[in-house]
Amino acid sequence: MAESRGATVEFRSVTKRYGDTIAVDRLSFTVPAGRICVLVGPSGCGKTTSLRMVNRLIEPTSGEILIDGQNVLAEDPTQLRRRIGYVIQQTGLFPHQTVADNIATVPRLLGWPKERIQLRVDELMKLIGLDPGRMRRRYPAQLSGGERQRVGVARAMAAEPPLMLMDEPFAAVDPIVRERLQNEFLRLQRAQGITVIFVTHDIDEAIKLGDRVAVMRLGHLVQYAPPGELLARPADDFVAKFVGSDRGLKRLSLLTVGGVELAPLDRAKLDGAPVLSPSMSLRDALAVMLSSEAQEATVMEGDRYLGALTLQQIGRMLRVDEPA
Amino acid sequence: MTIFGDVARWFADPAHWQGSHGIPVRVLEHLELSGLAVAIALVIAVPVALYLGHTGRGGFIAINLANIGRALPSLALIGLGLAIAIPLGLGLGFWPTMFALVPLAIPPIMTNTFVAIREVDRDVVDAARGMGLKESEILGTIEIPLGLPLMLGGIGTAAVNVVATATLGAIVAGGALGRFIVDGLALQEYDQLVAGALLVALLAILTEVAFAALARASAPPGMTVSP
Repeated sequence: MAESRGATVEFRSVTKRYGDTIAVDRLSFTVPAGRICVLVGPSGCGKTTSLRMVNRLIEPTSGEILIDGQNVLAEDPTQLRRRIGYVIQQTGLFPHQTVADNIATVPRLLGWPKERIQLRVDELMKLIGLDPGRMRRRYPAQLSGGERQRVGVARAMAAEPPLMLMDEPFAAVDPIVRERLQNEFLRLQRAQGITVIFVTHDIDEAIKLGDRVAVMRLGHLVQYAPPGELLARPADDFVAKFVGSDRGLKRLSLLTVGGVELAPLDRAKLDGAPVLSPSMSLRDALAVMLSSEAQEATVMEGDRYLGALTLQQIGRMLRVDEPA
Repeated sequence: MTIFGDVARWFADPAHWQGSHGIPVRVLEHLELSGLAVAIALVIAVPVALYLGHTGRGGFIAINLANIGRALPSLALIGLGLAIAIPLGLGLGFWPTMFALVPLAIPPIMTNTFVAIREVDRDVVDAARGMGLKESEILGTIEIPLGLPLMLGGIGTAAVNVVATATLGAIVAGGALGRFIVDGLALQEYDQLVAGALLVALLAILTEVAFAALARASAPPGMTVSP
């Protein structure tokens, strides 16, 4: 896809004050191009405020936010926003406009020719799994919650923005639909290489979607790390509590069987041992081994033996480092 | 019984349908007076209400100021209007009546327009702004289309109030349908009085019906459909 390259976003000592309250305090971090950065934390931690400062729905009190090196404060807000995708929890779809018209919003503002807009709308609808022929003339009220969220994401992607801001986009749908939307979104994001800043209060969502996770508390950035590191080495007690006492288990779901240094095969124990594939997560492997009451499992890729995985090995991965 | 017969005969008299004192002319005068009053009120109230509704600022003050208009007695305003209009050479009747009708029309227009804009889902407005719609585009393509039925409801209420109250103009030598009522009373011609009252009531009901239909027709697509 054209212009799929994501933008780099840099927060430089960004502060937002409301009177005497500091909503965001000297926030500094960089989101690499094409990656998903998840801002996570309890309500009131400043994550949404931080997100909304990127497209200037909120103006920072001090500090700078740079997109590909350019200060957002130097740009006209409406021009800036048309280059940045924006998705919110309740979708904010225009209820009096059809699905097609909703998706076409930003291309229309940018003055794209009609034919190009229509091609793009159809392309996006197929991408999000909605049949253009059947759905383009529907109104938001005629869609399911999941379909509305998909249209919201498609609308934000319409003008091929290098950056998308997403504020709890999947929080309002049921868990099954949420999981499906998350997977679809990951696939789309990987395919298009868009940089994403994503706000959630759900640590599991943050770990699942984030290439980097920024844990915030009371306006401060407490830790900024890839999810695996966040789980292995929480920066302090707050982060450790926030990621949960089951953080070891969570971490297992980020690791694959293939990533473990496997033990040599013991032919004698081979019989009856469960068989795992290297692409399986350690969490799933653990479930398989526990349910078949096996101490050891065989790892196979196709019909090739790679080695054995033991419960002790998984246990070692579980005993992640204590807070530094 | 007799009064109804008298009224029916009054309506049947072709003389009452002709000339500058006939029913068609009086109805037109009534519509002209009412229409202009509502139009002036629209020009005054709508921009203010749109601005306050869009920015969310000062709504409380606006609505309370507008409500003062509701509390002012129309008859007193006509008297005041007379005192202003005569020195200005605007004469009796029309303009003094206008002076009473406009403040009557402003409150429902102001209140409903403000509420119509405020009631538009804030998430929708936030999404629109976040995607790069200018403030004027948000107002013009999102807030007004979505708020239009409620706005028209307020304009309808204003119009009905004005049509009903415009009869007072006849007290200060104005035209319109109030003429039949005031003259009927003065001359003790009760058939004329009742006929005038019926005409005013009919016109008010028609106004109500017309605006209700307009409000329904203005409902944006997609808002009433079921999944």
